[in-house]
Amino acid sequence: MAEATGIEIKSLYKIFGPNGKEMVQKVKDGMSKAELNEKFNHVLGLNDINISMPGGKIQVVMGLSGSGKSTLIRHINRLIDPTAGEVLYGSEDVCKMSPTELREFRRHKTAMVFQKFALLPHRTVMKNAVYGLEIQGVAMNEAEERAARWIDRVGLEGFEDHYPNQLSGGMQQRVGLARALTNDADILLMDEAFSALDPLIRMDMQTVLLDLQEELHKTIVFITHDLDEALRLGDKIAILRDGAVIQQGTGQEIVLRPADAYISEFVKEVNRGRVILVDTVMDQSRTLEGGLSIPHGVMLEEAAKTFADTGASEANVVNGSGAPIGVLTVQDTITAMVTPASH
Amino acid sequence: MDLVEFPSLSRGTLREIRTTIDAGFKEFTRAYGEAIESFFEPVRLFLIWLENLLIVSPWPIVLAVLVGIVFLMSRNVKITIGSLAALLLIGVFGMWEDTMRTIAMVTVCTMLAILLGIPTGILMARSERVQGWINPILDLMQTMPSFVYLIPVVMIFGIGKVPGLIAIVVYAIPPIIRLTNLGIRLVDQDVLEAADAFGSSPRQKLLNVQLPLALPTIMAGINQTIMMALAMVVVAALIGVKGLGQPVLNAIANQYFFMGIQNGLAIVAIAIIFDRATQAYGKRLQKHSEVIHG
Repeated sequence: MAEATGIEIKSLYKIFGPNGKEMVQKVKDGMSKAELNEKFNHVLGLNDINISMPGGKIQVVMGLSGSGKSTLIRHINRLIDPTAGEVLYGSEDVCKMSPTELREFRRHKTAMVFQKFALLPHRTVMKNAVYGLEIQGVAMNEAEERAARWIDRVGLEGFEDHYPNQLSGGMQQRVGLARALTNDADILLMDEAFSALDPLIRMDMQTVLLDLQEELHKTIVFITHDLDEALRLGDKIAILRDGAVIQQGTGQEIVLRPADAYISEFVKEVNRGRVILVDTVMDQSRTLEGGLSIPHGVMLEEAAKTFADTGASEANVVNGSGAPIGVLTVQDTITAMVTPASH
Repeated sequence: MDLVEFPSLSRGTLREIRTTIDAGFKEFTRAYGEAIESFFEPVRLFLIWLENLLIVSPWPIVLAVLVGIVFLMSRNVKITIGSLAALLLIGVFGMWEDTMRTIAMVTVCTMLAILLGIPTGILMARSERVQGWINPILDLMQTMPSFVYLIPVVMIFGIGKVPGLIAIVVYAIPPIIRLTNLGIRLVDQDVLEAADAFGSSPRQKLLNVQLPLALPTIMAGINQTIMMALAMVVVAALIGVKGLGQPVLNAIANQYFFMGIQNGLAIVAIAIIFDRATQAYGKRLQKHSEVIHG
């Protein structure tokens, strides 16, 4: 399968209200969300968003409710029209597509999973899964064959003829996932897809998604309000507040160097052992002769476990070919795991 | 100044307005009456054909077909046996032919109402402007005394089946229009968004999502339409529609108590049969909503 194409979002603005276009300049000149609402009765949804979403990776957009994250994801398949800016998929600007082009783009390039599942209640699991292919005009027996594979893959074999409201929330979202995957689109948009599920099921679904991504390498845009979920899934994370991106980077970058007090407040509670790589903490200035070795690229928590199991107090961090590239001590590991970075 | 008497137009002016408009309408009737009549001709022929079919065919066959339809729609033994008993009683009491005429009339009226009403309801659901225009018309159709709009209808068609049909359809169509509109507007926005996200065309969205999900509401509208059509058979009898309405009129005029109640109950019996059969059918279409994950 060819590498999935990334998505480039460039100076995207969304202002809700009758004269959104005229308000863009005011926002560019530095007017705040509160002021815009008070003086002109327009709501600033998105403020100068620039995100480069890498192809074949999971881009997480995180923010609390009202931060504009759901608005942002709806710009990628243009369920919401932007006030200004560009959403580039390869060389195409989604914002400039005609209705027909947009429909084709949605049919073949994107698939979406929703927070409230949004399944068709009058259709069985199988008929829900084939929906995307059905409206593309794929022959029914071929569509069902393709859907059956994904229904099995998300663990719903045997439930093909059930209706959605005969299933639990977790299973319904598996149907949502199967429906999106059956479309075989490049881009998978997940709008708080797991937020409505209870914690154990959510972990379970995250694992399903990560396993699938291992083999599929789609461009996934995942919206969440949960930092743990963001850190677990995201190859890249963008944090949104009041419609603006306040920080983006890998999970480790955000945990180690929060951009402002708001984010450091967030990351304080995070299990840092699962986010920080041994590579970040190791002492690169020396190596050990023999002794314990830990592969590079693992998280601190795993290293700590190795220390606990062996009783060693320091270890070589080794690269892919087994050559030592630095030393990790128990002391450094524990320090990095328990000290939150302050802004 | 006299504040007791309302300053109305003078009698002369009012008379002038009346005669001018009446004359104008008569002119219109003369000019276009035939064209309008021929427009309704196919409906009239269909109605006559159905009526004859029900009356001329041997009664056991008609009875079996009617009860069979009730069973196919309801899949319910109780409703089927009840319908059979009601139809047998109607026959025994000598109302078979009138009942068949009424069933034919109500069937044709309901079909017309569905044919015109559902597309109108869909248009209303799609556009605020259309809704803004049609709503007051529906209010007018439901509250205007039916005798008033019967005047022009009778002027054009004379007495007979077609004016009766028009009177019934005008009275019975608003529920199906309103409830189709309502049903489509009540469809879950999340599901519509999902349909959009997968690239549905407006037509696909209508057929795959909006209409199926609005179906329970639309079925309730059809049910109401049937009930209202039945309620109109007596009024229709006034302008010459044969059926159970005419003996009722006769009974009113002559104070025949038993005759009135007998035919009235026959109308009630048909109403209940229609109602139970359509409701059970509507419920069966919704079988997906029966089992809810506990």
